[in-house]
Amino acid sequence: MELAFSDEQLALRDTVRDLLSRECPPSVVRAAWHNDTGRADAAWRRLAEVDVLAVGAPEPGGLGLGMVDLVLALEEAGRAALPEPLVEHAAVSAPILGVIDGTATASAPGADLVPYAGSADVVVFVTDHGVHSVPRSEISPRPVPALDGSRRLFEVDWAPTSQTRHDVDPIGAFDRGALGTAAVLVGLSSHLLDVTVEYTTQRRQFGAPIGSFQAIKHHLANVAIALEFARPHVWRAAWSIDHHDAQASAHVSMAKAQASDAAELAARVALQCHGAIGYSDEYDLHLWMKRVWALAAAWGSAAEHRERVARAILDPPQGAADA
Amino acid sequence: MELTDTADEAVFRAECRGWLEANVPGEPLPSGDTREGFERHLEWERQLFEARWSVVSWPDAYGGRDASLWEWLIFEEEYYRAGAPQRVTQNGIFLLAPSLFEFGTRDQQDRYLPPMAAGDETWCQGWSEPNAGSDLAGIQSRARRDDAAGGWLLAGQKTWTTRGAFCTHLFGLFRSDPDAERHRGLTYFLVPLEAPGVTVRGFGRLDGDEGFAEVFFDDVFVPDDQVLGEVDRGWSVAMATAGSERGLTLRSPGRFLESAKRLAALWRDRGADPRLRTEVAQCIIDAEAYQLQTLATVTRLVRGEKPGAEASLTKVFWSELDVRMHDLARRILGTDAERADEAWMKGFQFALSGPIYAGTNEIQRNVIAERVLGLPRG
Repeated sequence: MELAFSDEQLALRDTVRDLLSRECPPSVVRAAWHNDTGRADAAWRRLAEVDVLAVGAPEPGGLGLGMVDLVLALEEAGRAALPEPLVEHAAVSAPILGVIDGTATASAPGADLVPYAGSADVVVFVTDHGVHSVPRSEISPRPVPALDGSRRLFEVDWAPTSQTRHDVDPIGAFDRGALGTAAVLVGLSSHLLDVTVEYTTQRRQFGAPIGSFQAIKHHLANVAIALEFARPHVWRAAWSIDHHDAQASAHVSMAKAQASDAAELAARVALQCHGAIGYSDEYDLHLWMKRVWALAAAWGSAAEHRERVARAILDPPQGAADA
Repeated sequence: MELTDTADEAVFRAECRGWLEANVPGEPLPSGDTREGFERHLEWERQLFEARWSVVSWPDAYGGRDASLWEWLIFEEEYYRAGAPQRVTQNGIFLLAPSLFEFGTRDQQDRYLPPMAAGDETWCQGWSEPNAGSDLAGIQSRARRDDAAGGWLLAGQKTWTTRGAFCTHLFGLFRSDPDAERHRGLTYFLVPLEAPGVTVRGFGRLDGDEGFAEVFFDDVFVPDDQVLGEVDRGWSVAMATAGSERGLTLRSPGRFLESAKRLAALWRDRGADPRLRTEVAQCIIDAEAYQLQTLATVTRLVRGEKPGAEASLTKVFWSELDVRMHDLARRILGTDAERADEAWMKGFQFALSGPIYAGTNEIQRNVIAERVLGLPRG
C-alpha cells in the first residue's frame, strides 16, 4: 500500500507551479476580470506546451495517463486561481475528444450555465443520459453576469443529435469533472490559508501580531485540519477512477463534499482574519474567494455529493429484498 | 500510488483475520475501566501475547512480530473489524514502549518490555496534577536526590490517572531541579505502584466507572536505573510519548471506520430517519478521511520522514469525529438514549474525554497554529 505520488507526477506538479508563478500571478487573474474572455492566454499556451492539457487524452497524440497524473496540476491551478477551463478541458473533455485543437469547456448535468463557452472552440455537454459535444461555430452563447469575473458564464441553446453524441459513460465524465474541481478547490484553500497566515503574522493590533491571538490561531488551525482531511480523499478518488474501482463514484463524491466544505471554510476564515482590508475590492483576496464560491457548487455541491454518498453506501442495494 | 494490499500484506491480513475470528470473545467483556473488567481484559491480553498478537510492531525478541507500519495498520483494522476488546495495556504498549525503545537503556528494555507485552505488568501515565493539566510544564511533584542510596525520593500528587487503581506501574514526570526554567529540570521516572510511600485512590469518571485514580507520593524511593532518559531532560521524553498519544499509535483508523459502520447500521435499524441521513454519510466520509490521512502519513514515515507536530491535526480530528458520531447516535436513539445500559451512551460519555485528554483540543489548535502554520507565539 502507498498513498503518495511518483517522482514523475511530482515533477509535473513542480513544472506547473513554476509556470503559473510566472504566467499567472495575481495581476493576471485580476486582469482577466476586465479582458475580452476572462482568461489568461499566455498561461494557457504554456500549459499546452508542457502537455498538461493532453495528460488524459488517449495515445497516440495524448499522453494516455489518468487522474492521478493530473490531480496535482489541478491543485496548482487552484493555488494560482488560474482563470481557464482546465478541469473542463483536461479532466472532462480530453479523455473523450483526444487532443483538442484549441480549448474545450464542459457543462455538468443539470447546469444551466456553461463557463467560458464564449471563448471555447468546443463545448462538451455531460447530461444524465449521455455525453455530447458541439463546435463553438454551431452555437451562440449568451453571456450572463458572473460573480467571478474571470469565470465568464453563458447560456447555450443546443439540441442533442446522433452527430453530437459520444459513446462514453456520462457518469465517468461527471466524476472526472467533480474530482478535478475538488482538486482545484484544495489548491484555492491552500493559497487562502497561506496568505492569511502571512497577513496575520504581519498585521499588528494591540501591540502584537494578530496571528499571536488564540482567536485567530484557532480559526486557522480549523482550516488546516479541514484541508488535511480533504486532500487524501481527492488523491484516493483519483486512484479509484483510474483503476475503475466499483466505489469510484462514491469516492469522488466524498472528495468533492470534503473539498467544497474545506474551501468554504478557508474562504470564510480568510476574510474574517483579514478584516476590512480583505473586504476591499482592490485587495486580491476576493479573487480567490469568489472562485471558491463558484466551484464549491460546480459539478455538484457538498450537499448533493453527500446525498450521492448516502445513496451508494446507506441505501440497500437494488433487489436486496429478493435475495 | 497503490491502494490495495500487496501479496504479502494480503497474507498477513488473512492471518490476522483468521486468528481474530477464531478467538475474539463472542460476548463483549465488561468495561476494562472497572476492577472486574480489567482482570477479564488482562486474560485476553495474555491470550493475545501467547499467539504473538499483543505487540505486533515490536521486535521478535520482546514478543512482537517485527511488523512493518503497514502490517501494524492492517492488524489494527482487522482488530476493530472483529470487534475485539479494548486494550487496557495501551498506555504501556503504545505510549511508554515507543519512548523505552527511543530513550531506554538496553537493561531497561530487557527489564520492562517483556512483562508489558504479556500483560503481567500494566502501566498508567502520571502526568496531570491538580494544578497542572493543559499546562503540563507547571507540575509541582518533586524528585529529591538521595546520593547515599543512589536514587531519588518522589513527593507530591498525580491525578486523573486512567486505570491507576488497577495498574502495577506508573510512568511520570517529576521536578528534579526546582530552580531551572519550567520545561527544564523535569525527570521521567518509572515507578512500581507497590513501592513504599505510594498511595492510590481510585475514583469515578463521568461514565461511572472507577477508571480514574489519584496517586500520592510520600518520599517514595526510586533507584537511578528507573530514570528514563537523562536527568532533568524528562520533557523531551514526555513529548515523544505525547506525540504517540496524539498521533497514530493510539487511535488507529479501524476504530473510527468500525464506529461509522455501526452508526450506519443503527440509523437503518431505527427507521432510517431521512433528516439524519446526510449526517450519517458525513461521518462515514470523515472516518474514511482519517483512514486515508493515516495512509498518507504512514507512507511518509516509511519513506524515512519523522513524525512532527502534524499529530495535533490528527488528534483534534479523530476526537471531534468520535464525539460527533456518538452524538448522532444519541439523536438517532431519541428517548432510548436515557437508558444507562445503552452501549452508545457509554461510548458517548467516553468520547467526550477525547477532546480533553492528551492535551485539550484548544492546546492542540495552538500547537497547529504555531508549529505547523508558523504563527507567532502569544
